[in-house]
Amino acid sequence: MRLYWTVLASGFRRHATYRVATAAGVFTNTVFGFVLTFTYVALWDERPRLGGYDMAEALAYVWIGQSLLAACSLMGGGFEEELIQRIKTGDIAVDLYRPADLQLWWFSANLGRAAFQLLGRGVVPMAVGALAFDLALPEHPLTWLAFLVSVLLGVTVSFAVWYLVALSVFWLLDGAGAVQVAWLSGVFFSGMLLPLTVFPGALGEVARALPWASMLQVPADVFLEKRTGWELWEAYAFQAGWALVLLAAGRAVQAVATRRVVVQGG
Amino acid sequence: MASGRVATAAEGLRAYGLIAVMWIRSTMTYRFSFAMTLVSNLVVNFFDFVVILLMFGHVRGLGGFAFGEVAFLYGTTSTAFGLADLAMGQVGKVGRRVRDGTLDTFLVRPAPVLAQVAADRFALRRLGRLAQGLLVLVWSLVVLEGVEWTVAKAAMVPLMTVTGALIFGSLMTAGAAFQFWAQDGAEVANSFTYGGNTLLQYPPSIFAGELVRGVVYVVPLAFVNWVPALYVLGREAPAGLPPWAAFASPLVAAGCVALAGLAWRVGIRSYRSTGS
Repeated sequence: MRLYWTVLASGFRRHATYRVATAAGVFTNTVFGFVLTFTYVALWDERPRLGGYDMAEALAYVWIGQSLLAACSLMGGGFEEELIQRIKTGDIAVDLYRPADLQLWWFSANLGRAAFQLLGRGVVPMAVGALAFDLALPEHPLTWLAFLVSVLLGVTVSFAVWYLVALSVFWLLDGAGAVQVAWLSGVFFSGMLLPLTVFPGALGEVARALPWASMLQVPADVFLEKRTGWELWEAYAFQAGWALVLLAAGRAVQAVATRRVVVQGG
Repeated sequence: MASGRVATAAEGLRAYGLIAVMWIRSTMTYRFSFAMTLVSNLVVNFFDFVVILLMFGHVRGLGGFAFGEVAFLYGTTSTAFGLADLAMGQVGKVGRRVRDGTLDTFLVRPAPVLAQVAADRFALRRLGRLAQGLLVLVWSLVVLEGVEWTVAKAAMVPLMTVTGALIFGSLMTAGAAFQFWAQDGAEVANSFTYGGNTLLQYPPSIFAGELVRGVVYVVPLAFVNWVPALYVLGREAPAGLPPWAAFASPLVAAGCVALAGLAWRVGIRSYRSTGS
């Protein structure tokens, strides 16, 4: 347990050293936040209460999305690049020799990264958004805590998805395609571009049931106090359910992959 | 002097072509992965457009613009961005080469560094983005209503994709030059290129006046499509520009290219290798 805690802490520290990258990321998130805000204003001006949100809630949703973008790796950029590179070059053989569990190792490293990204890239855009626009903030102080729990579950689901993507490189040898498919799903089905509650009919129902919903839509609904009491537990169960299923799938794929591992390079 | 410039440019283009072909052959080694990236590149951008379709499922107009008009804005900026991204998108990766010092190999080779950097790991999959932009553009021309076409307006459509691509390409190059100082700052350039592309997909009327003035007079993104496209649509130019401003976009593009070239030179002169 101490080992994984150390890996987690070093993941946090490692990303904390990239100060310029963090500042640049905050800048980008803020710019996109502004652009999206204006499109949402135009949309909610025409259709107040679209998707069950009023204007202030819709705008809060934009900035929650920008704040979780890095932490939940909605567009990638998490641990997967490195893991894919290690599988591609064959360095993964060294990792498999280590007296540590591969999945748990990367999970801890990613959790440390996400914790830093949430603070480093999440807080400032949210604050800027709240200063520049009228955002709906939680009325109940405990909602912040409920939101953090939901984000933690979202990060776990995100890890499980990207871990599967990275392991696919054992077969595909090049990760670009799989990464892009995952990136696409992450952007669209997380509700990053438009809240999933605005999606029409069957598309909306499917989108809200997919794992990506746990990375942004569910945490945002918790933040906006759309899910309280019993419904909060349902939201957690939805996220935890996907986390368990996908982590188990990752474990199964890992078992097959390591049995047929061919180390690249010489 | 002038002939020397032309010779350098020709040499750069030749080097660019050779390196690009080499990388295309290398990509083709992983055929399945390439097919997947190409398809997903096309699809990823369609999802981007699906968002606009979803929006118009709920409203009849955005900022006073009908669906065909927003699709036209989307198509023009996406095509311009797709062109720029295909040709120059890789310059944004120069930060990594600055960080690990591998840019040194480029400096000793007898070919212009910018051509080498732009063709480095040439990504043919970016064709997907370009194809999607073109498809939406063509479609928007079909569904557009009430445009009184003239020769000038018809010529403006292909022209603005080219000048727009030059403006985006200049921003990408300037952003890459910026990375010689801020080695990790690729995202800042992204917020102007990708962010600009997203911004230009929507009509200027929905954005705050300061923001519109900023992309007209400070970072001239508005000349990618807003200014010429609003002329085609027969609407007033943004931020109080005169109507003939639409014809100034080639000049603006030329200015951007010159400034980007200058920025690149200054950047590469200040390059210090990691020296490991």
